[in-house]
Formats: sequence, structure tokens, C-alpha cells
Amino acid sequence: MSEVIKLRKGLNIKLKGSAEKALDKLPVPATVALKPTDFPGLTPKLSVKVDAEVKAGDALFYDKYHPEILFTAPLGGKVVSINRGERRKILEVVIATDEKAGSAEFKKADPSTLSAEEVKEQILKSGIWPLIKKRPYGIIANPEEKPKAIYISTFDTAPLAPDYNFVIEGQMDTFQTGVNALAQLTEGKVNLGVSKDSAFTSVKNVEINTFEGPHPAGNVGIQIANTSPINKGEVVWTINVQDVLFIGRLFETGKVDFTKTVALTGSEVKTPKYYQTTLGAPVATIVGGKLVEADYNQRIISGNVLTGTKVSEKSYVGFYDSHISVIPEGDEYEFLGWADPGFNKFSATKAYFGKLFPKKEYTMNANIHGGERAFVLSNQYEKLVPMDILPVYLLKAILVNDLDKMENFGIYEVIEEDFALCEYACTSKIEVQKILREGINTMIKELG
Amino acid sequence: MKFIKNFFERTEPLVQKGGKYHWLQSVHDGFFTFLYTPKTTSKTGTHIHDYIDLKRTMSIVVLSVVPALLFGMYNVGVQHFKAIGELAATGFFEIFLFGLIKVLPIVIVSYAVGLGIEFVFAQLRGHEIQEGFLVSGMLIPLIMPVNTPLWMIAVATAFAVVLGKEVFGGTGMNIWNPALVARAFLFFAYPAQMSGESVWIALKDTDKVIDGFSGATPMANAAAGNLNYSVADAFFGFIPGSIGETSTLAILIGAVLLIITGIGSWKIMVSTIAGGAVMGLILNAFAGSAGLSPEVATYFSMPFWHHLILGGFMFGAIFMATDPVSASQTEKGKWIYGFLIGILAIIFRVINPAFPEGMMLAILLMNTFAPLIDHYVVAGHVKKRTKRAKVSA
Repeated sequence: MSEVIKLRKGLNIKLKGSAEKALDKLPVPATVALKPTDFPGLTPKLSVKVDAEVKAGDALFYDKYHPEILFTAPLGGKVVSINRGERRKILEVVIATDEKAGSAEFKKADPSTLSAEEVKEQILKSGIWPLIKKRPYGIIANPEEKPKAIYISTFDTAPLAPDYNFVIEGQMDTFQTGVNALAQLTEGKVNLGVSKDSAFTSVKNVEINTFEGPHPAGNVGIQIANTSPINKGEVVWTINVQDVLFIGRLFETGKVDFTKTVALTGSEVKTPKYYQTTLGAPVATIVGGKLVEADYNQRIISGNVLTGTKVSEKSYVGFYDSHISVIPEGDEYEFLGWADPGFNKFSATKAYFGKLFPKKEYTMNANIHGGERAFVLSNQYEKLVPMDILPVYLLKAILVNDLDKMENFGIYEVIEEDFALCEYACTSKIEVQKILREGINTMIKELG
Repeated sequence: MKFIKNFFERTEPLVQKGGKYHWLQSVHDGFFTFLYTPKTTSKTGTHIHDYIDLKRTMSIVVLSVVPALLFGMYNVGVQHFKAIGELAATGFFEIFLFGLIKVLPIVIVSYAVGLGIEFVFAQLRGHEIQEGFLVSGMLIPLIMPVNTPLWMIAVATAFAVVLGKEVFGGTGMNIWNPALVARAFLFFAYPAQMSGESVWIALKDTDKVIDGFSGATPMANAAAGNLNYSVADAFFGFIPGSIGETSTLAILIGAVLLIITGIGSWKIMVSTIAGGAVMGLILNAFAGSAGLSPEVATYFSMPFWHHLILGGFMFGAIFMATDPVSASQTEKGKWIYGFLIGILAIIFRVINPAFPEGMMLAILLMNTFAPLIDHYVVAGHVKKRTKRAKVSA
């Protein structure tokens, strides 16, 4: 085992409502859906029409510029609606599930006996490929590129994040199969980022790096930057723990099985715990009836409170998310909020007394607690990003649209989640993640 | 309290664009957000936000200046009664009250003029009122001699806010510390009124100054080769000087608050003080060299740490140099920036007889150079990164 990499910069935000280690199996949902909006920069082309019968693993739509990248049905059934937004943009492809529909057939084989091309083709066809992302940019991996390594973070340090040591229980062999398949896709190594006393240290055929430190130590981008940072022209692929299981099951059974565990957490949840459901499950099946009764508004987030997406109960869980957080909306005025001594207020600074109680768990709402201003304080962001990067300079380079500077300041190494803490802590309430995504989009547009 | 909120909510449509009082929008918004943190919730990015905002930040800075302000008021009284020889016979509250009556109008004028201009600019530009002046408005009175006429305070404040800040785009965009711009303006525009012995002591025409009392600051005396001051008085602040700068102790109390909350950069404070001490030591080393006039030689030989407790050095190091907008933005740059302020302040003080106090000019000069320092620090960072790319390629 390699030495422990200690990260000092960062911040753990302690919120109320972390999930207890108990798993409930939910019934098969009546509908499931894929949302093309979950994939930044994707131009989807439909392969099915409304009323089409599909099996699990049959393509629903594909990437216009990479037609080999398919997005498939998580469960079999009938396509009941294709919801569109402005300018006919596809928002959701909804399937009414039918347990008799079955699954499309794929090759059942030990991935280490297959060729790299066969493994790649199988993952592409099954619709699991979009779960593999690439750095730079944090978009779906391009199957034609050769990554220098594949990185998997096996722990999540974000507020209320699920514990993958618990999620993976009893599925470690499947995980190993998935890792073996991924190992075929790179000339480099598959890298596992693990925390101390992790269940993942037994995995073979991988390079294991142990990390210690506050959030964002569990972010895969931080782990890459502290082991083998991405330089210009290099590509690294990343994938989440549960998505490796999909690959494992695909090769073990020859069928797609998008069963996944989702943690339901947050101060607005009666008993936060884990639920077993499927990719593309409706939010309502997980959240319905499980929130505390409140006379104020609540916000449901697919993902964690730093990087997730606000969803309604009628919507579906995000493609990449293993986590739902529910917090108060906080759309209320606060009398002299800036003058409150703040025993119940957590802050990255020490400007509130809440800092005196390090073990306390807090209820936080979605209020931004102030007005947007120009950059005033310095060194707020640097303290939260454990990488060799000057966040403010990178963001300013994006704001003035200077490509050379963006490159020099490290835009290839970061995606939104790596700067999310900066946005949380920002005194001037600057929309850091939005600015960063705009910068990344500019890079994609200008440099391809 | 509900009726206040209702009032603001009810009047909101009136001040919107096209409303009857649309020209009051920024003022309305300014008071409303001051009283009530807005109900805005996050739309993109993170769903939770830190409770810190610029109002909180600025109010902590103002709070940290309060000890210096209160002591300044008291010291104005002390110096007054000392001048007329009645110090021993006057009670604490009378002394403080005298200072309060002298200082409060200066604070009020500074805030009224500065905030007034801020409101107008905010409305013209159509943005929210920014909190930066809450601090500047408090710092300006503290670096003024107590006898500065109120109209001068008003003119200087207006100059500082308009030319020191708003022309650059408002809070967060300025190059120089606005409060120091105000002070520098007075220093150069009204040199006769801003120096000498009478400006530091609040006296009425009818007051009779006792024999032997001099209102000169220790700084002015030292420049003349006269080092008679008590170190204890200088540390606690019972010396003539600008209103808030005299008490090193009161300033250090503020410094503790700034450092604990993490709002003031301890790196700048430490490096500024280190720079001053180092330059003081260098001067000590040269005190015996030939060719120095006796006054200058005496000043050279002043114990180096006395520089830190006299004049505006400590006030500048803690409250002025640390202004995050005009200071260096990079962490390495902060060390260089602060250290050079310390060095320059002592050089100006001792070697240039035209400026008995060098802190103001040293900080303004380094404000000017801060972007240059940052430029090189950032260039070094980029160089290191590109080197890494070549090594691994």
C-alpha cells in the first residue's frame, strides 16, 4: 500500500440528516426516464418514438457527434412520452416499465479474456459508456481517445454524501469484474482513491492511493491533481463506484442491470437512509412521504448540496447521482442577519460563533445570505482547493475570456465540483461553478 | 418588527423601474437589505451558501476599529485638559465626553458625505449599495487630526470616494485605500492647516495653554532630533496624534479580532511590522556614520521598536495595509507587499524631513505596486506549472 496523501486545504460542512446505515428495497418504479440535460454539451438524437416497446439496454437516443455512444433504457417497457422544452430541446424520455419486457442480450464473459475493442464495444452498446467521464472538461469520454489513466474515487467527502463502503457490501466481486473491464480501456492504470480504513483496499489490478483530509479530498479531480496532474494534451477518464458495478454486472450476466443505491439525506427527511432503486428512478418513489411536515418550502436536490441539481418531486434522479438531499428553501427575510452572533450559523470564516462547536451538525437552507458583490476578499478560495491552482485568477481569466491564461491557470484540471466549496464560502456570492462551466464550454468550442 | 418589513415590501413596486419613486431604488434596497437579509435563494451552483457576506465582513472590521475610536475620543479629551493644565482635576467621563463631542461630528460628516455619494453612484449605475464605505467612513475620521475643520473632512471624503473609488468602478475595484486617499488629499491640498502643533489638540480660542506645553507629536519632535516621550504613553496612546492612531494597545485589540475571524490578513500585519523593525535596525546601524546632522543622527539611533508604537505605523499596519482590495492578492505577494510597506514607512519618516509621518505614503505607494507584485508571483506560479508539463511530457 502506498503512503497516505494528506490534504490540508478544504472544509467539511456538517449538516443534519446523514443517512443511517440501513437499506430499503423499493419496488420497481412505474416509470423511469433519461434526461439528456444531465450531460453537459450533449446534442441528443432520438432512436425511438413514443409508444415504442423497449427492453432494458435498448437505445433511446445517441450522441449526434459520436453515434456510437448510446443512451439506453434502464428498464424495459414502453416509451410513453418525450418531453421537450424551449426550441424543442429534449428534456426527458420517459418509459412506463413492464417487468415482462426483459433485457437486451450482451456477451457474458470475463473481461480480461476479451480484447480491449470488444470490452469497449460492449460498454458502448449497453449504454453504460456515458457514465465514464473525461478530464479535462468533465464530459462524456470520447471512445477514440487513449486515456493515460482511469480514476475512481471510492469515498465522497461532500456534505451528507453516501458511504460507499456500505453501498458496496456484498458486491465486491462485481466491482472487481468492472475494474478488470476498465483496465482494458487504458494503457495506464486504474487508480482507486481510498480513505483510511476503506473496504476497497482488497481490490486487485489497480493502483491504490490513500487520501486523508477534509472535503474535497474525495473528489476525483483533487485525487488526480495530487497524484498525476493533467497537463495539456493528456486525458484521464473517471467513473463513479456504482457505475463500475453496472459494468461488472454486464460482463458477469450478459445483461444490463442498472440497480443502484441512493442515499436520501438532509434535515427535511424524517429518517435518512439508503434506498435500493434503479438508474433513472422518479424522485417521488424515493422521497414520497418521507419528508417532515413543514409550513415552509423545501428544496429537493438530486446530488449533494454543493453540486447537485434542484429537482421537483415529479422529476427523475440525475444520471450520475447516488444521493438526494432535502433542505429548507429559506426563501424568507432575516431581520438584521448580518448582526446575528450566529451560534447556529456555520461559516468557513470565523465570523460567527458557530465555529466554536466543531462537532455540531447544522441545518442549512438554500438562502444565499447576502447580495452579490465584486471580488473583495482574497485567499478565501485558495484555502479550499487542495491543488496547485490559483482559483481567483483562473476565474478572472474566464471572465475576460482569455484562453491562454485559462490554460496556464489550469482549466484542464478542474470541473465545477472541485470549486464548489469556493462558491459556498464566497463572501461576494459569486456564481463560481457557473463561471467555470462557461470557461470549459469556451475551451471545448475553441479548441475542440 | 413586522411592520418595517411590510413597509419595505409594500413600497418595493414604487421604486422599481417605471415606479413613482424609481430614483430611490438603491436607497430603498440599501436600507431594506441592511435591516433584512434578502430572501434570495440559490439558482445555480451550490445550494447552500456561507452565512458570511460583505455586510458581516465589513461590520466586523468596523467593530475591530471601535477600541481605537473609543480610546481616540478619550485621548482627545486628555490632550485638551493637559494643554490647559486641568487634567488631574477632571473626571473620566468629562474627559471622554469632551472627546466624544469633538470626534462624533467628524464621524458623522465622513459617513454622511461618503454614503450620500455612494447612494447616488449606486442609483446612477443601477446596482446595489456596496458596503465598502462602512469601513472607509470609520477609518477616515481616525486618521485625521482632531482640529481638522469639518468642511475639509467633507471635501476630502468626497474626493476619496469619487476619485479614489467610484471612478474605478466601486468597492472591489479601487487601486488605493480610499481612506488614505482622503488623508493624502488633505495633506497635500492644505499643508499649512494639516501640520504644526495646534492641529492635534482640540482647543477653543478662549482656552489658555499652560506654559511649556507643546502640542507637537512625538514624530515631529523626533524629526527635530528630540526624543522625549514616554514609551508607556506611546504604547497606551496618551500622546498627540491623529484621532485613532495613538494607542498601540487599542489597535492591537482590533488586530486580535481581525486575525481570529480571519478577515484581516495576519501575513500583511506581521510582514509590515517586520519590515518596520528591520529598517529601524538598519538605521540604528548607521546612526554613528559621519556626515549626519546631529538631529538626524539622534533619530537614526532611536530604538528600532519605538518606530512601531509611534505615529500611524501600527494603525496603518493593522487597518490600512490589510485592506483586501488595494493590497496584494496572492499569499506570497502579501509578504513582499507588507515588508516593503514597513521598510518604506520608516525611510520616509526618518530620512525625508518633509514628511514627519511616512506610513500613509508608504501604503499608498505599495497599493500602487501591489498589482505588479502579484503579476510576478502569478507569473512564477504559471512558470512552475508549465515546467511540470514539460517534465512529464
